[in-house]
Amino acid sequence: MTSPNPDTVAGEPEPIKAVPLRHPGQWVAAAIIIVLAALFVYGAATNEAYAWGTYGRYLFDQRVMSGVGYTLALTVLSMVIAIVLGVVLAVMRLSPNPVLRGTAWVYLWVFRGTPVYVQLVFWGLFPAIYKKIDLGIPFVHQFAHIDIQTLNAAFLFAVIGLGLNEAAYMAEIVRAGVSSVGEGQVEASVALGMSWSQTMRRTVLPQAMRVIIPPTGNELISMLKTTSLVAAVPLTLDLYGRVRDISGVNFEPIPLLMVASTWYLIVTSILMVGQFYLERYYAKGATRALTARQLKAMAAEDATDAGGAAGGPGAGRTTGGENA
Amino acid sequence: MTSSAATPAAETPMVLADRVCKSFGSVQVLKGISLEVPRGTVTCLIGPSGSGKSTFLRCINHLEVVNAGRLYVDGDLIGYRERNGKLYELSPKDAAAQRRDIGMVFQHFNLFPHRTVLENVIEAPILVKKKSRAEAVERAEYLLDRVGLANRADAYPAQLSGGQQQRVAIARALAMDPKLMLFDEPTSALDPELVGDVLKVMRELAASGMTMMVVTHEMGFAREVADQLVFMDGGVVVEKGDPRELLADPREERTRSFLSKLL
Repeated sequence: MTSPNPDTVAGEPEPIKAVPLRHPGQWVAAAIIIVLAALFVYGAATNEAYAWGTYGRYLFDQRVMSGVGYTLALTVLSMVIAIVLGVVLAVMRLSPNPVLRGTAWVYLWVFRGTPVYVQLVFWGLFPAIYKKIDLGIPFVHQFAHIDIQTLNAAFLFAVIGLGLNEAAYMAEIVRAGVSSVGEGQVEASVALGMSWSQTMRRTVLPQAMRVIIPPTGNELISMLKTTSLVAAVPLTLDLYGRVRDISGVNFEPIPLLMVASTWYLIVTSILMVGQFYLERYYAKGATRALTARQLKAMAAEDATDAGGAAGGPGAGRTTGGENA
Repeated sequence: MTSSAATPAAETPMVLADRVCKSFGSVQVLKGISLEVPRGTVTCLIGPSGSGKSTFLRCINHLEVVNAGRLYVDGDLIGYRERNGKLYELSPKDAAAQRRDIGMVFQHFNLFPHRTVLENVIEAPILVKKKSRAEAVERAEYLLDRVGLANRADAYPAQLSGGQQQRVAIARALAMDPKLMLFDEPTSALDPELVGDVLKVMRELAASGMTMMVVTHEMGFAREVADQLVFMDGGVVVEKGDPRELLADPREERTRSFLSKLL
């Protein structure tokens, strides 16, 4: 019961104790989902097509594990190529030099305009198109030549194919990130006497990262799954290729697809955790919310000068103290 | 003409503008600005928006490139080197060295949002002046104390009010030990309540003998602090002189009509 006359109560009002709003819709939805999920799990457990025994036998199979390794290697190497080349292309696109700008535009046009599967088939046929590579001064002197057809380089072509395609997308992500940093930031840095490279490194790129990291994480996760297309090269050492090889022999594709899906999900989950921490690191200073360290310092400060008026709650300091 | 009768012109002025012109494409923004700012004095630039005040200020630290005329800061030609009557563009490194000694404060503060207040202030001294971190921090703490923000060193800019951010920006510029401070409408983006704190810091800075050029709409500040008041309109200096005289009794009709709208 609150007092009907506020004048009679001196000092602080009592904290609010209200009956929380009910959300019956949430409970109904949850019940329906639980029933459907239970039905699915029961069905999957009893349906012999899933062949859980086979699933268990192959989950940690040595060939599957080596497939996971190849898939990870393909993902990491092609993303490294994509990020490095993407930054170069982004800088070219932002450059005042029209030749560089045009070159980058044509690259993006070709590599974003054709399907990655088609590009991978092309890379597989590369030795048929260019039989050998000569290194030297054109038309004058060749000091080395590599015979591509004798080279067994499906893995290399897969990495190059995936990397060059992805670079086109990374270029646009980096460009968007750099453009998102306000002009005033560059002016302030330059006015302080910082050089162009110092401005880029210390002011622009750290702020651009906040915009670049989340889509790059998405691209990395997407790349992990795109590696299953390397069969087009053809390369069959990756996770999906290995699983298909096994099911081609034992005629049990469904449990083996479940094995592949499990591993793709595990790796994706690990990547998502990494992305979370990376995003949090680059979000520094983006919000007004106080960091844990600042809140702790403030609480300590409050504790030391407590004993005055019991009134002001600590949160009042967030923006106050203008003329402290 | 008694433009700056207060100080004897025994030495070279801190800023000397000689018929400075600036165009953006076909639009001429500055049409021959000539001006002298003696050492240790405060010059306030006033005028309607689009009159070229900010552009002129930005020319002084080479954020904009002058098309015609000459600009000298402390006797050095800005942006170029003159040899045998021919002008050579400065390398980016030499241009950066010129800017280092000229502090600038912007209308929208332009603090680095990803760095704390302290990191904002020590960034350029460490990176550009190659000071040790300890030395830079010591100086930054002194400057933050001077602008009344010693207790906010760990905060990020987004956690500060506009007035506090602008005072950090002033401390950041002072950390480079500039010989000249440029203020581009430093209080225009602030709530009226917060303007006072920033002006107080600027007043103290002027009293300490810093040479300052201030683009402002704060006539009270101009009357009280400025040694020279310059009224610009349409890319030319319409009138300049002692701020009290100019504000009380402008000679030009254009100045009079601008001031009457302001009060």
